[in-house]
Amino acid sequence: MRRQDSLWNRVDWLLIAVFFILVILGWLNIYAVVYDVEQEQNIFSFDLNSGKQLIWIAGSFVIIIAIMILDYKFFDSFAYYIYAVVLVLLVLVLLVGTEIAGNQSWFVFGPVRLQPSEFAKFATALAVAKYFSSNNVRLDRFKDQIKSSLFVLVPLGLIVLQGDAGTAMVFISFIIVYYREGLPSFYVITGLSAALIFILTLLVDQMYLTIGVIVLATIIVVINNKRLKNIGITILAAVIVIGVIQSVDYVISDVLKPHQQNRLKALVNPDADPLGYGWNVTQSKIAIGSGGTFGKGFLEGTQTKFDFVPEQSTDFIFCTIGEEHGWAGSFVLIFLFLVLMIRIVFLAERQKSNFARIYGYAVAGIFFFHFGINIGMTIGLFPVAGIPLPFFSYGGSSLWSFTILLFVLIKLDAHRMQVLTR
Amino acid sequence: MIENRKYIIQILIIVVGVIFLVKLFSIQVMESRYKLAAENNVINKVVQYPYRGLILDRNNKIIVHNTPVYDIMVVPKEVEVQDTTAFCKLLDITEEEFNTKIQKAKEYSYIKQSLFYPQLSNEEFAKIQSRLVEYKGFYPVARTVRKYPEPILANGLGYIGEVSKRQLERDTTNYYKQGDFIGISGIEAAYEEELRGKRGVKYKLVNVRGIEKGSFNDGKFDTLSVPGNNLVSTIDLDLQKYAEYLMDDKVGSIVAIEPSTGEILAFVNSPSYDPNQLAGRNYSKNFSELNKDTLKPLFNRPIMAQYRPGSVFKLVQSLIGLQEGVIAPSTRIVCNRGIINCHGSHTNEDLHGAIKYSCNPYFYQTFKRIIQQGKVEGMNKDARVGLTTWNNYLSDFGFGRKLGIDIPNESSGMVPGPTYYDRYYQKDHWNFFTIYSLSIGEGELLTTPLQVANFASILANRGYYIRPHLVKGIDTPDSYYKLEFDRQETGIDSVHFTTVVDAMGEIVDGTARIARVKDIQIAGKTGTVQNKDSFDHSAFMAFAPKENPQIAISVYVENAGWGGGVAAAITGLLIEKYIKGEVASNRAWVENYVMTKAYLNNL
Repeated sequence: MRRQDSLWNRVDWLLIAVFFILVILGWLNIYAVVYDVEQEQNIFSFDLNSGKQLIWIAGSFVIIIAIMILDYKFFDSFAYYIYAVVLVLLVLVLLVGTEIAGNQSWFVFGPVRLQPSEFAKFATALAVAKYFSSNNVRLDRFKDQIKSSLFVLVPLGLIVLQGDAGTAMVFISFIIVYYREGLPSFYVITGLSAALIFILTLLVDQMYLTIGVIVLATIIVVINNKRLKNIGITILAAVIVIGVIQSVDYVISDVLKPHQQNRLKALVNPDADPLGYGWNVTQSKIAIGSGGTFGKGFLEGTQTKFDFVPEQSTDFIFCTIGEEHGWAGSFVLIFLFLVLMIRIVFLAERQKSNFARIYGYAVAGIFFFHFGINIGMTIGLFPVAGIPLPFFSYGGSSLWSFTILLFVLIKLDAHRMQVLTR
Repeated sequence: MIENRKYIIQILIIVVGVIFLVKLFSIQVMESRYKLAAENNVINKVVQYPYRGLILDRNNKIIVHNTPVYDIMVVPKEVEVQDTTAFCKLLDITEEEFNTKIQKAKEYSYIKQSLFYPQLSNEEFAKIQSRLVEYKGFYPVARTVRKYPEPILANGLGYIGEVSKRQLERDTTNYYKQGDFIGISGIEAAYEEELRGKRGVKYKLVNVRGIEKGSFNDGKFDTLSVPGNNLVSTIDLDLQKYAEYLMDDKVGSIVAIEPSTGEILAFVNSPSYDPNQLAGRNYSKNFSELNKDTLKPLFNRPIMAQYRPGSVFKLVQSLIGLQEGVIAPSTRIVCNRGIINCHGSHTNEDLHGAIKYSCNPYFYQTFKRIIQQGKVEGMNKDARVGLTTWNNYLSDFGFGRKLGIDIPNESSGMVPGPTYYDRYYQKDHWNFFTIYSLSIGEGELLTTPLQVANFASILANRGYYIRPHLVKGIDTPDSYYKLEFDRQETGIDSVHFTTVVDAMGEIVDGTARIARVKDIQIAGKTGTVQNKDSFDHSAFMAFAPKENPQIAISVYVENAGWGGGVAAAITGLLIEKYIKGEVASNRAWVENYVMTKAYLNNL
């Protein structure tokens, strides 16, 4: 057997470099949020979020070393066990967890708070990868579609029960894995269409929309007057679409909670109530917009101090970058994230084992959803959903879970040549 | 087909990134409305200074309250003054002053607010308010200063002043900021933490021109300032006022205590000053004038002045002698005037007579018996044991140490002990004959007026005292709570007080006749403090009524002659005023006597 190069030479240094840059920028940014000119504060002070975050960062380095030391086969072999443990934790947190900010999703141990749903993403990624790689799953079969989707839907359902819609939404990112593994396009198109119709319903009066659909269906029927089967399908589709349109009101007013309804309203028309439900989005956009091309400078922000935009250092952390570093800073940040995600996809594609590839796509999907939803909401392109921006938002659970996600992939990638010799 | 999906996914990622960049470009670079909104949304942090707690007298009459003033603050970084001359005219300062003030502010901090011009009154501020907004970098901050309806109790109340650099550095709690006020002496300093309250913060939306656009987010992030707690002092405002009036044009002090509680009813320093002098903008000017005054109005005599106790100490010797068993009420001692002189025409008195006639040889003998009890072999060694015993009693009486009154700068007085004499005469090279002048309250002994008043309290209580204090309770918005002060036993059995107190009662009928008040039995003792080169200090100590005492008092008037004179007269008037509420008209001549003597000429 060929002598292996050391692990040091096999890891993907580009990904690790991007990781380090993001973590350091994130840390400086957390300091910028709490910085108050009136007080002389030290970035290392443990009274500040920046000091506390430094502890979490140190912890994540320990995690990285642990992942690198572990046998790469561990993740494959223990995927289901890890998944099972996390599912148990998700159930437990519903029973004995602590409710913080309306979400029953925390375990509190003295000063330390842990959010099992953050780790559920990792566990689900492992389990899905394991399931697809060890069974002959064919996603064009209805039975397999149902079976495999359960791996995602069970944790998703539990997290919805916790009241954490934002994190639950991230589990939809697994659609990317399924899509890559052969889920028929029909599902993706249907899903996207439903979302499009839903958004249109919010923007356009239901009556007009219904009339529009009927007109469209009539035109299609007239054009296709020869084929009876197509006419049937068209009419059926039109009825379903109209059903969806009519149900939007019900979904909004009866399924969604009031604050979720407001977030939708804020997305559609933030200027309607800028001091009420439009507050976050309005303030967030003002902060980002006031940054201009090159920003006001590090620690010089005026709009993102004192936690005026709620969740300033967690969910709305991107505002501080927009304000203090302007469009140039935003560009650098988005560019770094794109490099990160494209590189993850690249790594996933070069894997020899199905397990590693599928896992890689799951990681890419999770990062993509966090990136898309988080920044999207701060600039008013997505409804406000409480999920963190990877490596930037203050908080240990999310930093650790993203670190684990990323470095398990790096570890698997480093061992990709060994798979065949197993 | 499916292999193509990896490209679709990557394209999707990139497309989302590009959408974000385009949207960001539009809100950050293209549109100016967000920049305008941000400028119109400057959030100003305005400190809300709390009201300092009031100080009330024992009957809830106001002694100290607050009045509004405006400080002009400056942020050097933001200063833009086109026409300095006009600006200086506005505040009535010279350009030179303007430059030094700006320089001083810059030295403190470029970006933090510091005080530019202090304490404009309401009227002054109203005149310049509209013009002030034209000058960038200057902000008015409303705050309050102390106001005293009656110009009394200055030394007991103390004063507040701007917090010093050193205090700022030492303040580990980060409560204070430059320009804040802090209690510097007296009650203001001692009860600083109760009085100061808690600063609040108001976040205000202000547009670029500094015009307020309302509170930020409905004041959700504002914190209200919490006013300081009110103090209920032990002072009787009317008695204090009258006492200060009587001390007019005299140097000295008065301390009056309610014996059963240790509450100080009157606390007079003379000469004093109007506390309003140290509360306004002219604080530093007035302070330096007061500081230079040769009559030392800032010297807090009731607790800082130290006098030889004189005859008052004969009462102390009596009590210690009785408790130690070296004399009994019936003990007679011949008044031989060999070593120590005496006055009056008595020859061989018992204890009662000795106190009444203030017989020096009697207490010389008593003290000798206390010091030389023969418990140890050798006269010098025996004296050490005796003096140690005597010292312990004195300490229990509160002499030679701080009593622990609740305001700072108390003097401890002086009671020499064995180590003191060891230093002067070498170890065990002294005995009673070296230190006998202590027997009649002379020698190295020093006591403060407070200690003497407290001793009067002990006599009134027949054996104990409550630690004297100026504040008895704290009035918070929710509740009132009484402060607890410890009770100190003297170790003298209460039966021993009978003879002493009885004799004190007769003094008022004898040497201190001027202190007599109809229907009130006063027990008192004169204490003339002899001075070598000038007039004696007049001192008198008393409590009344003899049974169920309500007031214990010590009066010192410097260079005013013997104790039975003006000090006794003042004591009588104050007792009458406190117990009866007013001085009877047929005693107006006493007040007249007190008020017309020009003792300052004796200095």
